[in-house]
Amino acid sequence: MSTRLASGGRLIDRSKVKNFTFNGKKMQGYEGDTLAAALLGTGQTLVGRSFKYHRPRGILASGAEEPNALVNMGTGGRFEPNQRVTTTELFDGLTATSQNHWPSLEFDVGVVNNYVSRFLPAGFYYKTFMFPRAGWKHVFEPIVRQSAGLGQVPTEGDVDRYEHFYHHTDVLIVGGGVAGLAAALAAGQSGKSVLLMEQTAHWGGRAPVDGGTIDGKDCGTWVNETVAALEAMDNVTLRIRTMGSGVYDHGYALGYERVADHTPGDGRPRHRLWRIRAQQIITATGSIERTLSFAGNDIPGVMLASAVRDYVVNWGVSVGDRTVVVTNNDDAYRTALALKNAGLDVPVILDARPEATGPLAEAARAAGIRVEAGKAIAKVHGGKKVTGVSICAQVGEGAALEEIKCDAVAMSGGWSPVVHLWSHCGGKLIWDEAHAHFRPDPDRAPTSHDGKGFVITAGAASGAMSLADVLVDGDAAGKSAVAAVGGEASKAAAPKSDAEETQPMAAVWIMPQGAGPKKRMKMWLDFQNDVKVSDVQLAAREGYESVEHTKRYTTLGMATDQGKLSNINGLAVLSDALNQEIPTTGTTTFRPPYTPISLGAITGEARGEIFQPIRRTPMHEWHEEQGAYMEPVGHWRRPYTYPRKGESHAEAVNREVLNTRERLGLLDASTLGKLIVKGADAGKFLDMMYTNMMSNLAVGKCRYGLMCSENGFLSDDGVVARIDEDTWLCHTTSGGADRIHGHMEEWLQCEWWDWNVYVANVTEQLAQVAVVGPNARKLLEKLGGMDVSKETLPFMQWKDGTLGGFEARVYRISFSGELSYEIAVPASQGRAFWDKLHEAGEEFGAMAYGTEALHIMRAEKGFIMIGDETDGTVIPQDLGLNWAISKKKEDFIGKRAHTRAHMADPERWKLVGLETLDGSVLPDGAYAQGDGENANGQKTVIGRVTSTYHSPTLKKGIAMGLVLHGPDRMGEVISFPTVDGTNTVIKARICDPVFYDKDGEKQNV
Amino acid sequence: MSNAVSTLNGASFDGYVRVEEQGLVGMITLRGDLASKPLAKAVKAATGAAMPGQGEIASGDKGRVGWMSPDELLLIVDHADANDMVAALTKALAGEHALAVNVSDARTVFRIIGAATREVVAKVSPADVNALSPGQLRRTRIAQIPAAFHLIDEETAELVCFRSVGKYAFDLLKDAALPGGEVYA
Repeated sequence: MSTRLASGGRLIDRSKVKNFTFNGKKMQGYEGDTLAAALLGTGQTLVGRSFKYHRPRGILASGAEEPNALVNMGTGGRFEPNQRVTTTELFDGLTATSQNHWPSLEFDVGVVNNYVSRFLPAGFYYKTFMFPRAGWKHVFEPIVRQSAGLGQVPTEGDVDRYEHFYHHTDVLIVGGGVAGLAAALAAGQSGKSVLLMEQTAHWGGRAPVDGGTIDGKDCGTWVNETVAALEAMDNVTLRIRTMGSGVYDHGYALGYERVADHTPGDGRPRHRLWRIRAQQIITATGSIERTLSFAGNDIPGVMLASAVRDYVVNWGVSVGDRTVVVTNNDDAYRTALALKNAGLDVPVILDARPEATGPLAEAARAAGIRVEAGKAIAKVHGGKKVTGVSICAQVGEGAALEEIKCDAVAMSGGWSPVVHLWSHCGGKLIWDEAHAHFRPDPDRAPTSHDGKGFVITAGAASGAMSLADVLVDGDAAGKSAVAAVGGEASKAAAPKSDAEETQPMAAVWIMPQGAGPKKRMKMWLDFQNDVKVSDVQLAAREGYESVEHTKRYTTLGMATDQGKLSNINGLAVLSDALNQEIPTTGTTTFRPPYTPISLGAITGEARGEIFQPIRRTPMHEWHEEQGAYMEPVGHWRRPYTYPRKGESHAEAVNREVLNTRERLGLLDASTLGKLIVKGADAGKFLDMMYTNMMSNLAVGKCRYGLMCSENGFLSDDGVVARIDEDTWLCHTTSGGADRIHGHMEEWLQCEWWDWNVYVANVTEQLAQVAVVGPNARKLLEKLGGMDVSKETLPFMQWKDGTLGGFEARVYRISFSGELSYEIAVPASQGRAFWDKLHEAGEEFGAMAYGTEALHIMRAEKGFIMIGDETDGTVIPQDLGLNWAISKKKEDFIGKRAHTRAHMADPERWKLVGLETLDGSVLPDGAYAQGDGENANGQKTVIGRVTSTYHSPTLKKGIAMGLVLHGPDRMGEVISFPTVDGTNTVIKARICDPVFYDKDGEKQNV
Repeated sequence: MSNAVSTLNGASFDGYVRVEEQGLVGMITLRGDLASKPLAKAVKAATGAAMPGQGEIASGDKGRVGWMSPDELLLIVDHADANDMVAALTKALAGEHALAVNVSDARTVFRIIGAATREVVAKVSPADVNALSPGQLRRTRIAQIPAAFHLIDEETAELVCFRSVGKYAFDLLKDAALPGGEVYA
C-alpha cells in the first residue's frame, strides 16, 4: 500500500496541512503536494475505473502524461470533470470524486464488461453498426452509452473569470527544466526578449530528482541560482503554471496559465490564455517514460519507474513497501536506488536486456539489490491492487520461473522525447534506433513565412539523454534562437555536467517477447481508452495498415491524454504485426493542445455582458426604460414593440400600427446605414453600384435604389440623396451598412482605383427618427425652425435646417405609406431630440413604434424587405422591381448576370400578394403545393411565402410570396399545406402585393 | 449645444488602472492625397499640427492629427469646433479630390490611466503595446470590435472606438482592469 514516509519530499512543507475530500472521505496532504501525491500519501491507490472494461485503475504517472487518474473536481459553479490528479495542486477544501463507476469505486457493476471483453474487440463500435442492422439502435447503443464515458457534465454555470493576454517576444521557451533554463540563460544574455514558460509550479523539471551536478553544484542549487539570474534580467519574463499548449503558423503560440486553479475564489482569473507572437520558439519539453507491455500492467500499483521516484523524492510518498522494478534501460535503476535510500524494499530488478552491466546496475548490486538480467514479468497478480509478480525469461513465452510478492511495480520501457509542439506546425521526426524513439529532425523544422525554421528543440526534447548532453543542447538552442532573431549570442560556455557511462537500452515492445494471445489480451497500451496489444494486432489482421486508421479503429491514443504513453508502444506493436520497420509505420499527427485546456480560457472575457458587442443607438436606454421587447438586427438590438402593461406583443404591435396610421408614430431609425460618397467620379461609381441611375439625381432629391451582387442577386436597398454636385448620401439596410461600405471600398480599391471617389461611413454620427402619420407635419411645424410644407419639401426631397433648435437634415421619404419625415440629427443630441419629439408630439398622439409595426406597414404597402423577400437567390426582376433597373446604363454590377439563361427564365418564381380565403395568417415560409410530383417522388412545389402578417389596418392576414407565373395568375387560389401536424391546407388567393393605398395618396400630402 | 452628450456621459472606473470615458471629443475624418501641399496646409491651419508619418499622431495647438491609412487622417479637435473645421477644410480643398466629414458623434473615446496601462490594453488588443511609444497610433481591435489607440505618455493611453459599441468597450476595459487580474503582480 502507498503511504507517506516519515521524512523527505523536496516540494512539500509538512508544517502546512491541507484538508481535502475524495469521494466524500476526508483526507490530508501538505502544501506542495499534487492531488496525486496526497492521495497516494493517504494510501488511496484505486482512483478510477477504465473507460471500456471498467477495470480498477490507479495512478500511473506523476505528470501531464497520466492516463488513469482523472477526477471530477469541485462542486457547483466550480465543478469540472476529467481533471488530472497528477497536475492538480492540492489546496485546502479541494473536493474530488472518482469517475466512470456505478454504484461505487470499490464495487462497480460495469466491470462485467471486463468479463465479456472478448465481445468488445477492436473496432467494436464499427462492427455493431453493421450487423445485425437493428443491433446498434436497440442493443449496442444503450449499452455503450451506459457504460462508456468519463466525468460528469457540469450542471451549473462557471463562476470563475478568464482572460486573454497578448504577448510579443523575440524568443519563447516552452519548458522550465534544466534545458529550458540553460536556453533562457543563453538567450537572455543577448538582451533579446525572452519568455520562459513552465507548466508546473516548479522550475528544474526532472533534474533535481534524477541527480547529478551542474557546474559543480547539485541540480537544485543550480536551478535556484539560474532562476534568480533570469529574474534579474529585464528582458526575460518567467511564468510558472503556464503550459505551452500549441505552436501555430508564423511563430504564433498559445500559453495556458493556470493562475488560480490552486487558489479558487481569490478574485483572480482562473486561467489566462497567453496569445504569443514569437520570432523563435524553443521547445524544451523534456521526455516521457514509456510503459512496458506485460500482462496485468494496468493493475493499480503498477507505475512508471520515474513516477515512483518522483513520489519518493518530491513528495516523500512511497507507492509500496516492496517494489519490483522492471526495465529495458539504465534509468529505472535510479528508482530502485531512490527507494532503497528511502528505506524501502526492492525485492528484484528485472532487466529485459541479456546483461546488466552499466554503472547504475553495479550501484544497485552494491546496494544489495537483486538484479535479474534477461528476465521479464510473466504476469502481475492482483485485482484492485498488486499482490505480486511472476517472472519469466524475456526471450520465452512466459513460463513462470518464480513468483515474487510485492505491492508495487515500477516499469520503464525507455524514454520518448515530447515532440508535440515541434510537430504541431509541421516539424518532422526521425527514428532513433539506439534509443528506440522518434526525435525531432533538426534539418526539417517547421518553417515560417521566410521558409526558415522557427522552432528549435532543447534538451531531452531533442533526444539528448544525459544531463551533460541536455545542458549543452539547451545552451546551443538558446544561442541559435538569438542568432535567428538577429541578435548576438553570448560567448559564455554552456553549463557543464560530468559525462556518464550508460549501457545501451534494448527495445522491448512485448514482455515476454513470445507471449501468447491470453497474455496479449492483458497487456495495456492505451490505459485510458482500454486498448490492448491484442486489439492492435487484430486491427492489423483485419487490414488496417495505416497508423491513422488503426488509431481510429482501435481508439488507440484518442483519449484525453492523446496517447502520450501509448503512442510509440502502439505503433511498434502495429509495425511488428505488419512486419515492417517502425519508421515505415510512422506516427499519428500531433495536434494542439498539448494537454486539454479549459473552454473558459479559450472564451476569455467573452461571456455575460461582454459575450458579444451589442450595438446601441443613442435612444437605446429610452427603449429599455419603456420595457421594449428588443430583437437582434445584426449586432444592433432594436425595439420590436413597446408592450404596455397587460398587453401581448401582438396587441402592442396592433396599437402601434393603428396609431401611426391614424395619428403619429415615432421610430428610432438610427441603425439605418448612412454612407457618404464623394468625388468627381462619384456619380459614375454609384451608377455601377446601383441597378438604377443615380448620377442624374438632382441635388436636393431622393431616389430609392437597389444593389446587386456580381452574380445579379439582390443584395441591399435604400434611399439615396444627392447632397451637392459631387456628394451623395446612400442609405443602406440596418444590418448592411458595414457590408456595403466594404463592398464599395473593395470595388474602389481593387477595380476602379483610379476613380476619384471617397466613401465614409457616417451611420453612427447621426441619430435618425422617422416621424410618421397624418399628424407628422403638425409636429414638425410646432417644433419650428424650417418650412416642411408640401410645397417647400415635397415627397422624395430633403432639406437641411433646424427643428426646435436642433440642427437637422429632413428627408421626405416613407416606408409606411403615410406622410413621413426621416430626420437626422447629430448622435450626441439624438436622445434629446427623441425626448423633444415625444413631448411636443403628445397632443398629436405621438407614440413610439417598433420594428414589427414597421414591417407590417411596409408589407401593407407591398414594399420588399431585404432578408425577407430576398435570401441571396432572388434577383430584382423576381420582385417586380424592373422599374428600378436602368435600361439606359451600359453597365452596373449584376447586369451581365441578369442576362444568364437561368436568370431570364420565365419559370422563375415571382412576387405576388397572397390573401387567405378565411382571413387567417399564412405560416411564414409556407410552401404552395402544385399538381403532380417531381423526379424524386415529392409533391410539386410552386411557390413560398416570404412575408406574412396580420394587418391591423385591413383586419386580416396579408402576405407576400414568390409564386410560379404568379403575376399572370391574379385571382387564382393556391394551396399551402400546413406542417403543424393538423394536415390542414390553407387556401390563398393571388393578388396585388400592394394592399394599402396603391396610388400613394397618403404619403404624398 | 447644451443637448449634446457623449456615449457614456463621462463614466469612469477605478480598477488596477483607471478607465475614463472622455466626454465629447471632436473628430474629423479627412480623406485625400496626404502628399498634397494644400491638404497639409489645410490640416495645419485647422489643428496647428504637421502631417504625421505612417502610424503616427502629431499634435498642434488646436488639435491632433492621426495617420489612419495612406489616404486617411483623423483630426482630433474640440467638439464645438468640428463643424466649422469641416467647412473650412472642405472650402480649402475645393480644388482637390478630398473628403472631410464630422465623425465626432460616431465615436467614443477612453483614457486608460495607470502604471499597468500597457498590460491592460494587451489583454484586449493583439497589437504589440510594448513596441508602441507616445506619438505612434495603432489601428487595431480590442476583443471583438475595431479600435485605435495611442499613448499620451508612458502611463496613459487614449483609445477610440465606435459609438454604438461604446458601452461594450467600457465593460471590456473594466473587466480587463479588475483587481486580481494583474499579470505581473
